[in-house]
Amino acid sequence: MIDKTNGLTNSDFKILDIVASLPNLPKGAFNVRKNGEAAARSVTENIDISNKADGTGIDIRIKAGTVDENVYIPVLLTESGLDETVANDFYVGENAKVTIVAGCGIHNGGSCGSSHNGVHTFKVGKGAVVKYVEKHYGEGTGDRVMNPSTVIVLEEGAVFELEAVQIEGITSANRNTTAYLAKDAKLTISERLVTSEEQNVNSNVDVYLNGDGSKLQVVSRSIAKDNSVQVFHPKAIGNSACFAHIQCDSIIMDKASVSSVPEICANCADAEIIHEAAIGRINNEQLLKLQTLGLTAEEAEKVILEGFLS
Amino acid sequence: MLKINDLSLRVGEDNTEIIKNLELEIKDGEILVLTGPNGGGKSTIAKVVMGIAAPYKGTITLDGQDITALDVTERAKLGIGYAFQAPARFKGITVKKLLTLAAGKEIPDRECCGYLSRVGLCANDYLNRILDGTLSGGELKRIEVASLLIRELKLAMYDEPEAGIDMWSFNMLVNAFKSLGRERSGSLLIISHQERLMQLADRIAVIADGKVKEIGTREKMLPLLTDLFSRECIRTK
Repeated sequence: MIDKTNGLTNSDFKILDIVASLPNLPKGAFNVRKNGEAAARSVTENIDISNKADGTGIDIRIKAGTVDENVYIPVLLTESGLDETVANDFYVGENAKVTIVAGCGIHNGGSCGSSHNGVHTFKVGKGAVVKYVEKHYGEGTGDRVMNPSTVIVLEEGAVFELEAVQIEGITSANRNTTAYLAKDAKLTISERLVTSEEQNVNSNVDVYLNGDGSKLQVVSRSIAKDNSVQVFHPKAIGNSACFAHIQCDSIIMDKASVSSVPEICANCADAEIIHEAAIGRINNEQLLKLQTLGLTAEEAEKVILEGFLS
Repeated sequence: MLKINDLSLRVGEDNTEIIKNLELEIKDGEILVLTGPNGGGKSTIAKVVMGIAAPYKGTITLDGQDITALDVTERAKLGIGYAFQAPARFKGITVKKLLTLAAGKEIPDRECCGYLSRVGLCANDYLNRILDGTLSGGELKRIEVASLLIRELKLAMYDEPEAGIDMWSFNMLVNAFKSLGRERSGSLLIISHQERLMQLADRIAVIADGKVKEIGTREKMLPLLTDLFSRECIRTK
């Protein structure tokens, strides 16, 4: 059932396709937000989307046992000078298995800055499996600011896969992710970031492994070009017999700056927590190998960077 | 035919000359094996031919065309290939992707598998493997060799293809070179210390101190190498 379709244009769908793989409105549950308002919404028997009473955002409620359904909640900002904060809460019932796509695209053709501050809170029931994809993209002349905050609470045996991608064109981003894992819960965070020009990004991840058997895997890959600045601070706190592995790899180019500050903390003798971090240029041997296959230096660089982020 | 004329190369701040007035020819369809002591300049010669290292004097011609000033990509496009002694690892690039890039076109899985099988890899298991630290040195080495086998080259250069691989895979590799030799579709330059690979050679050159110390047919060179080896053993005792 579609409640509203407030004139989404072809240009809007181009951006929706980039951030949420939506060349058209999808089947199933979705809520498209454009310039601070719901532009299109659909709910299903198992997935309900409703406005919060205080008007700060939406609640997405997924029934227990819902299997193989998708929810799309992309956001578009196409007016210059908009500054919005949205709080969306997700309630995922026990043993549900869903994919949630929440991209955000900013087209700022003006000179004033536009910013989106999205606060997403996930309460994931026992045994539920969630894949959450969050792509951020910006284009235009004015500043494009994206400050996503994500809070994830996983009950016993819940599995959550977070795929965060900042493709390009975001002038400034402050990313904060906090997660709490109960017994046997599993969280995988895959972060892919590309910055260029004078862009900057701060990414903070705090994960509390509170239950025995909980597991965390963080893989962060980034490319910093031109004069851009990236700072990463992933932190795993092991409060139980848990396992955590944090891996941060960055390719640095031109006059960019990358800081990677992984932090691990164990408050239980049975916690096993590992971190790895590496920052470096594109490997010259990789470039040479591809050039010996007939690729130009530019083509080789493109292949290496695409592979690195894949 | 590839011809190297009066080629010299210097390295380091003190300009150490590691290739000295080198003269070498690789004939069409020929298998030439370069052997000799470590640090003698064998790999450097291959890298100079590929355009990875630059000489300060001398010329290299391919079928009469002076390629000395061409870069790596241009030489690759002319049909020169080089399998590295220590292949690079790549994050996020699969074996299939590498072979596709090497072939310069999309190739069916079945065809990729054929080339991997020729170097002793159980092909289906490898197509989607990432060329990173999850592969052993020996596996990576064999994939490196396959990335040349898949190309149609005028000159394919293999830098110690036997290094780091097991005996069974080495047998497969020898067979792959044997069939390449039979096809005679291009020239092969193999840098090796392995007698079984030397047995495939039309000619063998001993490279030491940046020069060709000895060169000749397999029939002439193999007894000579055995003699040189024996004398070296006696000298070290």
